[in-house]
Amino acid sequence: MNELLNDETKKVLVEPLVENNPITLQVLGICSALAVTSQMSTSLIMALALTMVTAFSSAAIAAIRNHIPSSIRIIVQMTIIASLVIVVDQLLKAFAYDISKQLSVFVGLIITNCIVMGRAEAYAMKNPPLESFIDGIGNGLGYSVILIVVAFFREVFGSGKLLGFEVFHLTKDGGWYDPNGLMLLPPSAFFIIGLLIWVVREWKPKQREAIEFKIMSISHGEQGGHH
Amino acid sequence: MEAYISLFVKAVFIENLALSFFLGMCTFIAVSKKVSTAMGLGIAVMVVQAITVPANNLVYHTLLKEDALSWLGIKGVDLSFLALLACIGMIAALVQILEMILDKSFPALYQALGIFLPLITVNCAILGGSLFMIERDYNFGESVTYGVGSGLGWALAITLMAGVREKLKYSDIPVGLQGLGITFITAGLMSLGFMAFSGIQL
Repeated sequence: MNELLNDETKKVLVEPLVENNPITLQVLGICSALAVTSQMSTSLIMALALTMVTAFSSAAIAAIRNHIPSSIRIIVQMTIIASLVIVVDQLLKAFAYDISKQLSVFVGLIITNCIVMGRAEAYAMKNPPLESFIDGIGNGLGYSVILIVVAFFREVFGSGKLLGFEVFHLTKDGGWYDPNGLMLLPPSAFFIIGLLIWVVREWKPKQREAIEFKIMSISHGEQGGHH
Repeated sequence: MEAYISLFVKAVFIENLALSFFLGMCTFIAVSKKVSTAMGLGIAVMVVQAITVPANNLVYHTLLKEDALSWLGIKGVDLSFLALLACIGMIAALVQILEMILDKSFPALYQALGIFLPLITVNCAILGGSLFMIERDYNFGESVTYGVGSGLGWALAITLMAGVREKLKYSDIPVGLQGLGITFITAGLMSLGFMAFSGIQL
């Protein structure tokens, strides 16, 4: 196990967590990050499902990467990913039916989740299966981190609970916390991810985007002749 | 007829794919810097959505649904678990065919929309539309209405977003929030605006 975790593997595994996060930096896979995060339980299942699909599809694509003609590679990748998603979907329906109902179409949408396709295209087509598998796990975890953080805020402040257990005692049960209904609605997910990106970029200034337009302050001294 | 109008309005405004289901967010964020490009992509999505949702509806109802194969004399077969694979295959194939037809017969349109077509295969709004159609068990007429309506809603949302972002250039935003961060917050505010439509019944 030790020789498995050499520097390169560790980098591939840890880097996507913050340094090169698929959501906040690469802007991939945002759809489901926003849609399933109103509860912790659905986010955890979604994070697990996506990590598994990314890891196994990367490994499978890497294993046959030298035999895929480049003109039809997208279709081949899509078929592999779609088959894995069907497996995940059937497993969820069999063992966690309620959660699979709540996730509704978003399990199926893992197929078009850009993280899965992105890693297949950017990493798995060029690297051997084992590294690709670990890269898939790493990126899946990077996605999971964001999902869990967003879900934490939305569930705690939106319904005063975490994974169904009471955290804040609600006013309607005689407690002190009045739940913030906005947190359960779609807009809050946008706000939380936006603010999260702000926090990450203050912490890691390297991730800031190049400034396209700079606001110039008008100094009156330079406009000679108007006095 | 009334039911179709109601479904259409619902698909465009109340259940807007981009702003209340977050579908197609990656392209929504990435391609909304200029109004003209955003509008081009929006129209392309609308066209593809209007074709793929009914097409997937036909495939689902004649081949995959439980007992759907009874017209072949095969009973008790339920292939609905293949819906995901069938939908994405159908979308990829239709987008490819559309691209070839446009290239051959309508060069001007191909110039305008062509660059967006490959992007659309992996746009989750398209697959999402088909999956919602299956989940809600729409019939053929409803699926045509839903396809056009949801595509129009997505196009509307990305065009509005691009309009806001063009004006955002002139505002003084904290350095860390520039770019992606402020785009998310803008989308959140737009989503709040679209929530004002909820509860409208026709």
